[in-house]
Amino acid sequence: MNTFNTLARKNLLLASAISASLMLSACSDNDDKPEVVPPTPPVVNQDYTVTVTNLTANQPMSPITLIAHDDITTWQIGAPASLALETLAESGDGSLFLPMTDVDSVTVGQGLLMPGMTESIKLSILPDDVDSLSILTMLVNTNDAFAGLNDFALDTLTVNQTVSFKSIAYDAGTEANSETKGSLPGPADGGEGFNALRDDVDRVHAHPGVISQDDGLSDSVLSASHRFDNPVLAIKIERTQ
Amino acid sequence: MNLKKVSMILVLNGLMLAPTMAAELEISITNLTHGNHFTPILITAHDNTSHQFQAGEMATPALQKMAEGGNIADLMSAATGNNELVVANPASGMLAPGGNVDSIMLDTQAMTHLSIVAMVLPTNDAFIGLDAWEIPTTAGTYTINVNAYDAGTEANDEIINGGGMPGTPGIPGAPGMDGGTNGTGVSDTSGNDKVHIHPGVLGDMDIAGGSSDLDSRIHRWLNPVARVVVQVK
Repeated sequence: MNTFNTLARKNLLLASAISASLMLSACSDNDDKPEVVPPTPPVVNQDYTVTVTNLTANQPMSPITLIAHDDITTWQIGAPASLALETLAESGDGSLFLPMTDVDSVTVGQGLLMPGMTESIKLSILPDDVDSLSILTMLVNTNDAFAGLNDFALDTLTVNQTVSFKSIAYDAGTEANSETKGSLPGPADGGEGFNALRDDVDRVHAHPGVISQDDGLSDSVLSASHRFDNPVLAIKIERTQ
Repeated sequence: MNLKKVSMILVLNGLMLAPTMAAELEISITNLTHGNHFTPILITAHDNTSHQFQAGEMATPALQKMAEGGNIADLMSAATGNNELVVANPASGMLAPGGNVDSIMLDTQAMTHLSIVAMVLPTNDAFIGLDAWEIPTTAGTYTINVNAYDAGTEANDEIINGGGMPGTPGIPGAPGMDGGTNGTGVSDTSGNDKVHIHPGVLGDMDIAGGSSDLDSRIHRWLNPVARVVVQVK
């Protein structure tokens, strides 16, 4: 099983609330009676395993970002990308989803998901927080291509139920697909990630594919192997508990 | 008595014996492409024997007219003559890249299958095609990814010259005003005259010449090119 980082905002808030209350009770010296705490039934988390496979020839994918959220969409075809999506699609960094309203937690895979590779990531969510899940990753040898799953209703899954999806490549529409040196963060270039400038159509759409130098885009740093066709990402979600 | 009459009688018999499976549909269509328009869309609901097109079969003259010039009139007439249900031009003209038309209501009555076509512009004879999708009998929301087909009726020379009539070479126009001029023409060596998955356009980066009047940075696509969401009520 791979390692992963869970950035659970609610858990952080809970921890600070607990430490605050501990400090308060430590300062209080006029109450000697021990508090009687009624026993609470143990809360069993709902556990999920998300398994993803990079289906491309030569497009490493940025660390898989799993976003547990309430009823929001992380992208909409024909509408401008959010700043969080723009950042993910241009640099691979999905952390800007965490402070968004209605986002409960952001879980990130262990590292780049290389072409042909599969990774499983575990999610454990309090029953009250189980709502929707979005999955996002950048195709890093592109200007702003991404793939994933938008607003899947996690709360419809029963224990041991598995659902599978295949994602096409989307274009965030926030950065022109220049393919030029210095504009791609992936290993084909090592160039720039996020840039606030929006010099493309500024709406999310299906990615038209990369052209590459081999197919006539003379100042492209990409070659034929960086081209891709759909689908680009296989996704399996299993509820285990 | 021809086969069509026989099947019609069978259908009528079936209607009398079994309850009708009529459903109210709410349809939405989204243009997923980076830089291609869809010309007026045609939606038909029909039985399990009808098609607007079939991959691997020759295009009808009516389909050719739609795929080369965006004209759906003959496809509409054929569908109406075949007692199909028709929703014509729900987007009231072109559906731009990224555009969406929704709340298209369709009472299927006795019809069981759904087909959708529209020309992809600018191209020689590409069209979005949903061929005889079986309408589910279970209520729910169904998402369909729709691919671009090549009608197989016109060489993909990628020259924008206003040629939209059947049999006239060339592309009628570029609605995004992003086409080039003076292309020498792409050599299309495909001998496939059947309806097939479109190979995509080539384009180039020379708006005043080169081989193509299309722009490889604007007009290329990967399938799917459209997303159809059908709500069965």
